[in-house]
Amino acid sequence: MNEASSLRRLLAIESSCDETAAAVVREDGVVLSSIIASQFELHEEWGGVVPEIASRAHVRRILPVIQAALKEAGCLTSDLHAIAVTTEPGLVGSLLVGLTAAKTMAMSLQIPLVTVNHVEAHIYACGMGQDHSIYPCAGFVVSGGHTNLYDCRSATECQLIGGTTDDAAGEAFDKVARILNLPYPGGPAIQKAALSGNAKKFTMPRPLIHSGRLDFSFAGLKTAVLYAARGVPGPNQLAETPPECVNDLAAAFQEAAVDVLVSKCRQAVRQLGYSRLCVGGGVAANQLLRNELQKMAKRERIELLVAPMNLCTDNAAMAAIAWDLLKAGKTANLDADVLPGLVRHNFQNRR
Amino acid sequence: MNSSLTFLSQSGHETDQLGHALAAVLTHGLPIALNGQLGSGKTRFVRALCSGLGVDIAFVNSPTFVIMQLYTDGRIPVAHFDTYRLGDLDEFLSIGADEYLLSDEWLCLIEWADRISEALPDDYLDIRVQQVAETSREFQFRSTGPRSSGIVDALRNRLSSSPSG
Repeated sequence: MNEASSLRRLLAIESSCDETAAAVVREDGVVLSSIIASQFELHEEWGGVVPEIASRAHVRRILPVIQAALKEAGCLTSDLHAIAVTTEPGLVGSLLVGLTAAKTMAMSLQIPLVTVNHVEAHIYACGMGQDHSIYPCAGFVVSGGHTNLYDCRSATECQLIGGTTDDAAGEAFDKVARILNLPYPGGPAIQKAALSGNAKKFTMPRPLIHSGRLDFSFAGLKTAVLYAARGVPGPNQLAETPPECVNDLAAAFQEAAVDVLVSKCRQAVRQLGYSRLCVGGGVAANQLLRNELQKMAKRERIELLVAPMNLCTDNAAMAAIAWDLLKAGKTANLDADVLPGLVRHNFQNRR
Repeated sequence: MNSSLTFLSQSGHETDQLGHALAAVLTHGLPIALNGQLGSGKTRFVRALCSGLGVDIAFVNSPTFVIMQLYTDGRIPVAHFDTYRLGDLDEFLSIGADEYLLSDEWLCLIEWADRISEALPDDYLDIRVQQVAETSREFQFRSTGPRSSGIVDALRNRLSSSPSG
């Protein structure tokens, strides 16, 4: 037997939202297997993640996904040294499916259970493949459910310092796509439509952009798109958005949303005094957002790290963070619960 | 027996005042059904109401993604629901919503409540928000039983006694 086979192995389970995933990761960080059963096709017809559908699909898929991950890693359950699972934040029912599977395995195999914060894993993913530590940094997780800024002192010390007061950025992309009769998911659809649109044809608000707080608001922008598309409420409001203005509206909305996101990231970096910004989450795939963040980072002379796309949805990053926790002795008890919401500290008062 | 009230808000600020006025007359938990199109200001109204109850509104945002958020730091505990992404009534009940709806203790705020109307108990406060112009919103309050009637009457008295609306 070679030396690698003596290294410990951990099974990581992730079911926080629309993906059921399992990975076997060795303690030296080598990913032996990573299986994802995407629920994308289930959600498309609903125009979003439908949570109960998500939980039911997780229940159906979790055991086959775990089995596939073990098989691909060439590993038996008796070879595992720990089970890691995402417990926050996400959809309650979905998280519980993963946690129940993880607890059952940890108990029956008599091995430690490690619980992981999905958002911290998003930021941690920015450091994978880097030759230096990414901490401390300003962390930004932008997705269908999050628009959150963090003060990240270490991999497991990320404090929420700003978030949305209404819709999340990804949610705004989805809802605006619906107003514009564009398909789900809204992000790629709006990005594509915007390529053939002229953003200057419509003036869109940049909510809270000049406020001193690190908060976001997208409800007003969504409403502005609705009014620009169909007219103000009243007898003359159109029932549908005229097709000829869809591309211009998509471009104007995207430009306004990106403007706000980039501006708040800059504000967070300046307030924290860090020289690094780490960005994760599905909306980070937006090309305009990436370009504008890059320009801002250059102007501010900070390092920008955007999580590789495969790690935004893959749970290999989650497993890697689990090893850090395990090595630090931070294991969980079998009565661990899920924390679907976010814990927010009062940043304004702390400063 | 049942009571109704219509309030025309001319601005976001007036919507905030309306939310505060409703908070001031709430003495206990109650299911509140909220309906109105995308962009009608449901979440804004909920934030004002919660702020009036003493909830830290840094935590109050759209629960579209997580379906349910609980705020327990105010005068009355609040369960904030958003059924926008739910498929049917069963899905609403399977997240345990009825536990909150049937308790006297929790103030249940349900956005897009028409989608789960069969789950509503006999006595709840019905609020419909309609965009009537760019910044104007019409709020229609309607009671469905004795407890919600008491709240609508108290809200009417409060609004008529306060010149600012």
